[in-house]
Amino acid sequence: MSGEHTSAPVAARVRRLEERLIEAGVVGEEQLDAALAAMLKGASPVNGARIVARAWVDEGFRARLLDDANAALPEVGLSMAGGIQEQRLKVVENTETAHHVIVCTLCSCYPIGLLGPSPSWYKSEAYRSRVVREPRAVLAEFGLELPADTAVTVWDSSAESRYLVLPRRPDGTAGMSEPELAALVTREGLIGTAAV
Amino acid sequence: MGELRAGERVRVRAGDPAGHTRVPRYVRGQIGRIVESQGSWALADEVAAGVAEPRVEPVYTVAFAAADLWGEGDHEVTVDLWESYIEPVRKDET
Repeated sequence: MSGEHTSAPVAARVRRLEERLIEAGVVGEEQLDAALAAMLKGASPVNGARIVARAWVDEGFRARLLDDANAALPEVGLSMAGGIQEQRLKVVENTETAHHVIVCTLCSCYPIGLLGPSPSWYKSEAYRSRVVREPRAVLAEFGLELPADTAVTVWDSSAESRYLVLPRRPDGTAGMSEPELAALVTREGLIGTAAV
Repeated sequence: MGELRAGERVRVRAGDPAGHTRVPRYVRGQIGRIVESQGSWALADEVAAGVAEPRVEPVYTVAFAAADLWGEGDHEVTVDLWESYIEPVRKDET
């Protein structure tokens, strides 16, 4: 673990680094702003929700998504190529008997392009250290009580892959359109700390 | 080391390197099971050290039983590990 990820000291350090780079003529202020804007352009949990809704209504897409998410994303107009290099995306599917939850114990790796900036608790030492050790207790604190016979897998993003949870489609949604289904999906559902 | 296949058992190297590494402490020395290969990526340790041409190695998803890691729990934890972080476990080894 690399210490507490509270945002204020990091933000100050990043700002000092930016100033040094600009002073040294390595990059310009406008270049930096443009790079940041490009990275965050369209980065929102709406993207993850669209992926999930499509998987719920299109069995073929669901199968392709679970098999090779990077190859399937262009079908919904998305990709993992927004950063320095294209990251690998792995989608893990919740079922009646299996539940998945995502963490990065070393730092705060997260599929920003599909989920937007991560919530502060995702970067907290408490979440990062506890969810790998006692996920059922942590999920219960989020309000998600899992049956004892549901198998729990915690995915620690320690290398170049990013993870996304495909939640179970809620009962009673048979008549809903794809956009209506997407509106049901929450950021927490995509991380695995909520059912949907 | 040849390509590792799903289901093969591997042990995570126990060393504590001086520089940056992506081996979480809680799996060092532990035995896990290969879930899948993620393709090949530049070794993070060498990238962080500024090596001009860092080694490119297979990265594997490796699953560990909570009971092995923590002495309790019925869940699994998967960790993404570069090839040089792990070594095959002999079949007769426990």
